[in-house]
Amino acid sequence: MVESNFVIKNETGLHARPASVFVQKCAKFKSVIKLKKDGKEANAKSIISVLSLGASKGSEITISCTGDDEQEALAALIELLDNLEE
Amino acid sequence: MKGIIASPGVAIASAFVMKQTVVEIDMTPTANETERAEQEQLFRDAIAATEQQLNEVIEITEQRLSAKEADVFRAHLMMLFDPTFEDAVMEKINGSAMKAARAVKEATVEVADMLASLDDEYLRERAADIRDVGGRVLDNVTGNVRVSLNDLRDEVVVFANDLTPSDTAMMDMNYVKGFVTEVGGRTSHTSIIARIMGLPAIVGTGDILSHVKHGDTVVLDAVDGDIVINPTAEELAAAEAKLEKYLEHVRELDAVKMLPAETKDGHHVEVVGNIASPADCKGVLENGGEGVGLFRTEFLYMKSPELPSEEVQFEAYKTAAEALEGRPLVIRTLDIGGDKAADCISFPAEMNPFLGWRAVRMYFDRLDIIKPQMRALLRAAAYGNILVMFPMIISAEEIFKMKEIIEECKAELRAEGKEFNENMPIGTMVETPAACINADKLAQIVDFFSIGTNDLTQYVLAVDRGNEAIAAMYQPLHPAVLRAMKMVIDASHKEGKWTGVCGELAGDERGAVILLGLGLDEFSMSAGSIPTIKNLIRRANVARVREVVEECLTYFTTEEVTARIDKLIEEIYA
Repeated sequence: MVESNFVIKNETGLHARPASVFVQKCAKFKSVIKLKKDGKEANAKSIISVLSLGASKGSEITISCTGDDEQEALAALIELLDNLEE
Repeated sequence: MKGIIASPGVAIASAFVMKQTVVEIDMTPTANETERAEQEQLFRDAIAATEQQLNEVIEITEQRLSAKEADVFRAHLMMLFDPTFEDAVMEKINGSAMKAARAVKEATVEVADMLASLDDEYLRERAADIRDVGGRVLDNVTGNVRVSLNDLRDEVVVFANDLTPSDTAMMDMNYVKGFVTEVGGRTSHTSIIARIMGLPAIVGTGDILSHVKHGDTVVLDAVDGDIVINPTAEELAAAEAKLEKYLEHVRELDAVKMLPAETKDGHHVEVVGNIASPADCKGVLENGGEGVGLFRTEFLYMKSPELPSEEVQFEAYKTAAEALEGRPLVIRTLDIGGDKAADCISFPAEMNPFLGWRAVRMYFDRLDIIKPQMRALLRAAAYGNILVMFPMIISAEEIFKMKEIIEECKAELRAEGKEFNENMPIGTMVETPAACINADKLAQIVDFFSIGTNDLTQYVLAVDRGNEAIAAMYQPLHPAVLRAMKMVIDASHKEGKWTGVCGELAGDERGAVILLGLGLDEFSMSAGSIPTIKNLIRRANVARVREVVEECLTYFTTEEVTARIDKLIEEIYA
């Protein structure tokens, strides 16, 4: 398992369109991907689960990936979050 | 039957009643692994069938509405394959031995309730999506066939408890003449779709499905908010006349909205729009607005925990200025405090926030707020016809101080070699009694006035506009308010300056007529009111309006003013 902390930078947070872009990206990897925020855990491949996490601008989240493509997945997701458009 | 008018118009057609068929759910548990495997397969097949239906809906929606409207159903597809939903169903089938139908129904409720319980409007809408998708899957599990509006042969008014996006997307709009729903308000899905399609709709009628039968002739009067089921010959004739009159009214507004706002006797005024974000410019122009008389900049501050940067503001102002293609864009600097708060600015608790640290009053304590805004405005003004105005002014000193700040900003921009407009016009909002009484002085040091009638009414009358106990005393047409506005308009003209109104009053027929009579130069209102007010002005004779309004200024009571103006409006439309 690999994991990394990330502070949400975009205006909307992991919400609405940015959340759906993020979830669609997660679905492309074989790894099990989880998000953690304030002790709550979300399945990153589920839009419902990600939305209910309520990660807004400034929220600190932990992304963890477990599986064959975990390294690749984590790098790609961090890059996506860095460049999320509204 | 009465209800809320969600979209105006009149329709006479036969009723199409959509009643939700109650699906029998098999509540018995499965007995063994084989049965569980069967139920799982049933669920998988239902998912596949739903996917196919949704893809059809997307295709039809793209053809009938637009790609954007179809996004709702793309979101539904995502929900359909969401692991949270799927895991919940599978757990109920395999873990709790439920039959597929019960598992789908309970999982749908569970997930939707979870989303609906979160304090977020966006997520509550997603809860509605989950219910819509779950309902489809359930229909496919149980073999229930949905009533289809896809294959209509007659003109109908659709009656339903509520309409989902799936329902409206499948409707053949060539035959749908209007909507009636038992629940919902002006912002519900049915209302929004009706307005997009330009169809009449009445919502929130309460129980109506038990009164109307499929095929009944109905009159949907979304002018007066009335529904008549099986009308008499007389009622039918009245409805036909009303429909004809309504269509004529729509044609009339369409024909005049792009014409100049000029009275019969050749007096020209400007009719412009109020906006809250650059995207709103489009609606203003489409409705015949000749520019923007109030751009509220608060939206930039509302959505973020930090103050918006100069660059973010610059982009927003520039975008709006360019969208207007040289037409005037009056931008109000941050008007916050009183009843409006923002996360990025902390306000002290006050006894009288409306008389407290708000609007222009906070700028001098918080140069870190006003200077980036002013720099952004000066820079954006190089790209269009931007005018700036300050809220809550009570004295000339405040204007002088603002001008000093502007000069400082200009000096900085010059030193940095940034492009900006040296001659951006500076105006003031007139909302306080002090500004009215001192209008002759203020008119000498600003380029224009814009009266904020909502606050002016509250301050002139000393009536809190949010207090329901004294709501009846909040009278924008009170003689004192009218006389205050007259002082302001006259003072501006004496100095060769102009006055606008950007409060609710300008978009109201009574208010607009009075303001025309008082000599107002610019009328700023929400985009939807522009065609009506332009039409009113074009039908009026300014000499006659002035005569009546001057008479009104001698009246003792608001009631007398209102009655006289109503008579004048009748005369104008006659």
